[in-house]
Amino acid sequence: MNTNYILSKKTKQVFLSISVIGSLLIALSFLLENPDNKQVWMNVLLNNLYFLFLSLFGALFIALHKIAHSGWHVSLKRIPEALSTFLPYSAALMFLLIFGMHDLYHWSHHDLHDPIIKGKSAYLNLPFFFIRMAVYFAGWIGLSYLLRKNSISQDLSDNYKFHKQGRILAALFMAFFAISSSTMTWDWIMSVDPHWYSTLFGWYVFIGLFVSGIAAFILIIALLKSQGYIDFVNKEHLHDLGKYLFGFSIFWMYLWFFQYMLIWYSHIPEETVYFAQRLNGFPILFFAILVLNFVFPFLALMTRNSKRNIKWLAMVAAVVLIGQWLNIYLMLSPGILGETAQIGLIEIGSACLYLGGFLFVVFNALSKKPLLCKNDPFLEESFHYET
Amino acid sequence: MYVSPIREPLIKGNKTYSQITKDIAAPIEGKPGKAWYMGLTISLSAMFFGLAMMGYTVWEGIGTWGLNRTIGWGWGITNFVWWVGIGHAGTFISAILLLFRQKWRTSINRSAEAMTIFAVMCAGLFPLIHMGRPLLAFFVFPYPNTRGLWVNFNSPLLWDVFAISTYLLVSLLFWYMGLIPDIGTMRDRVTSKAKKYIYGLLSFGWTGSVKHWQRHEKLSLILAGLAAPLVLSVHSIVSSDFATAIIPGWHTTIFPPYFVAGAIFSGFAMVLTLLIVTRKVLNLENYITLSHIESMNKIIIATGSIVGIAYMTELFISWYSGVEYEQYAFLNRATGPYWWAYAIMMTCNVISPQLLWFRKLRRNLVFTFILSIFINIGMWFERFVIIVTSLHRDYLPSSWSMYSPTIVEVGIFIGTLGLFFSCFLLFIRVFPVIAIAEIKTVIKSSGEKETKNETL
Repeated sequence: MNTNYILSKKTKQVFLSISVIGSLLIALSFLLENPDNKQVWMNVLLNNLYFLFLSLFGALFIALHKIAHSGWHVSLKRIPEALSTFLPYSAALMFLLIFGMHDLYHWSHHDLHDPIIKGKSAYLNLPFFFIRMAVYFAGWIGLSYLLRKNSISQDLSDNYKFHKQGRILAALFMAFFAISSSTMTWDWIMSVDPHWYSTLFGWYVFIGLFVSGIAAFILIIALLKSQGYIDFVNKEHLHDLGKYLFGFSIFWMYLWFFQYMLIWYSHIPEETVYFAQRLNGFPILFFAILVLNFVFPFLALMTRNSKRNIKWLAMVAAVVLIGQWLNIYLMLSPGILGETAQIGLIEIGSACLYLGGFLFVVFNALSKKPLLCKNDPFLEESFHYET
Repeated sequence: MYVSPIREPLIKGNKTYSQITKDIAAPIEGKPGKAWYMGLTISLSAMFFGLAMMGYTVWEGIGTWGLNRTIGWGWGITNFVWWVGIGHAGTFISAILLLFRQKWRTSINRSAEAMTIFAVMCAGLFPLIHMGRPLLAFFVFPYPNTRGLWVNFNSPLLWDVFAISTYLLVSLLFWYMGLIPDIGTMRDRVTSKAKKYIYGLLSFGWTGSVKHWQRHEKLSLILAGLAAPLVLSVHSIVSSDFATAIIPGWHTTIFPPYFVAGAIFSGFAMVLTLLIVTRKVLNLENYITLSHIESMNKIIIATGSIVGIAYMTELFISWYSGVEYEQYAFLNRATGPYWWAYAIMMTCNVISPQLLWFRKLRRNLVFTFILSIFINIGMWFERFVIIVTSLHRDYLPSSWSMYSPTIVEVGIFIGTLGLFFSCFLLFIRVFPVIAIAEIKTVIKSSGEKETKNETL
């Protein structure tokens, strides 16, 4: 069984060409569409967040399953571990915002004469914003690095002490993530509409993160399998991941619905303005997001066989990934660009540029370590189980 | 199915299949002890006291309660939400934990489901009595009256009626369906003719044939599928009773998932309260092991922390919103005249469960028992804080008011506690506390193996 992934030249070229196409589209956009600074920064923030979420999912998946004493996932764990290696790049890209704050965040301007924003200045101010950013990334990168290191150390030793240490790291990560996952969404997403607030917002974004992460996980498995690797990943694993995708798509819809319904029902203008702007300005996108993220995966993954068929599952995952990207787009762009914003070449181009880079980092990380871990006390369970 | 040797066994004492049946059926076949009679006497007296207070309320009217024009919901709705919350553990264990392949649930699902049903019954009483004239309950059913008027479908209070009655129905079916093979076992074991006849009727002619098992399994799957979304929907809709309003402290979008987490939190606390005593009294320590207690404690710390984060989120966003009324509502919660209720809620729900990060405490029975009582109290106060402190201040200071319950309201609450414990005490005498058929499915993979050549 070949467990060492080799990042072939051809694959590298594919990733590179995705990025090159993205760059060309961006260049074309500058020629044809003449995007302003705001739009450029919106794209940076959008893709920063999107790929940060996929990467954070990697660390979260490992930590969550470790503290839950899960056995089924162990043979797959190198893939989410590889996803988490993008975190340092995310951090670097995120700190680029230093140059784009005024274009993205209305609250970052001085002399606003806005008493509501002024009331929030103890939280929404530039130094604190970047201090928080540094704390989040320090925690995420530090703990996910240690988790990956721990898992690799276990490969070399049959001492269970690594297993125990890993659980402690996982618990630390979960505690840190539980708080930072909410606060990061207030900082980076909710504050683009600085007057608006919703207590559910953090959890709503978090579920989107989880769903898109699962979808990315499935697609990477499909890609590796198509190149003839990881034949130890069987239909039971796919079935479980399919159930995750199915279940958490429903959960995403649940949170979406209750956030919307409670605001709609109470009909307080300060709150409804958020949805009014999105529903009136982007009616097609607004409903397309619901179809792509809930209706489609709900219907497509309902039967048992649909979750065990890798091609079908990968197709659904791809649709959900697009849906979640659009979801973040609709959270950001009306607040930054207003109701006239449109998805143009620059949006597609920047997404491609980021995607190529992200894939390269992740697959490069996969090629560095064996795809199948060793010595994990739950590893055997991952081969012999039925869903 | 392979099980890693480092996993703790779920059934201790090297049991065989027949021993399992014997051990679990023993409490039903033997005579109840003095403690059981005493418990039942106390519970029944509490229940009758509550019934008397309910009768008094219906006879005299809601004026016998401590409610006033500003605070229209007090203990009644607090108790209602508290009981519904407790009724969440059962279905969570049997549906959600089933989906996540948590085998340890087989030791606790039966009693947790029974508890769920009793708790939902207690919960349902409160809206009924709160109507003042229980006959008015007829008008919550979606049925047009002679003038062609329908119920108000826009009201979350009506959604509650549907959500909770569906939940009760599905939980009851789920519980009973799981009981059928065990009732069949009991029918075959009991010696008295009358008992044999009754268990025979209740078992619906269960023979244990392959066909019966096939249908049983299929129905289990369907009901689990139905029950899983119900775990979320019930308390989400209960939370809508508050969150759809525009009262500061009630209108917050995090309510649905946070209520669900809180419900599972309090449900598991009640399961622990009951099972720590039950396992000891009925000699079931080999089936409900310390490892089970630890797993439940882990759920408690997870859901307790989620609830804690929700409290903090509410506090933060109320400040962040810049809305003066929101800010005041939360400041008043913590520092106003009901600060003590808020302090109890915070201590019991957020701070004390954090001790469960220590493995030693997670496996300590006395500590767990005390903590579970703490959480029961804390979660009751959470609802009290949400309802009473949010209501007692109004937009007009002339409407400000205070609330304290009368003996009638307290009596009704005690009555439901009595009803709950009476039902549970009767349940453990009549039906197997642990699902015999289900726990047998895990003995091979997760039973303790002391000798290699065990006979089956």
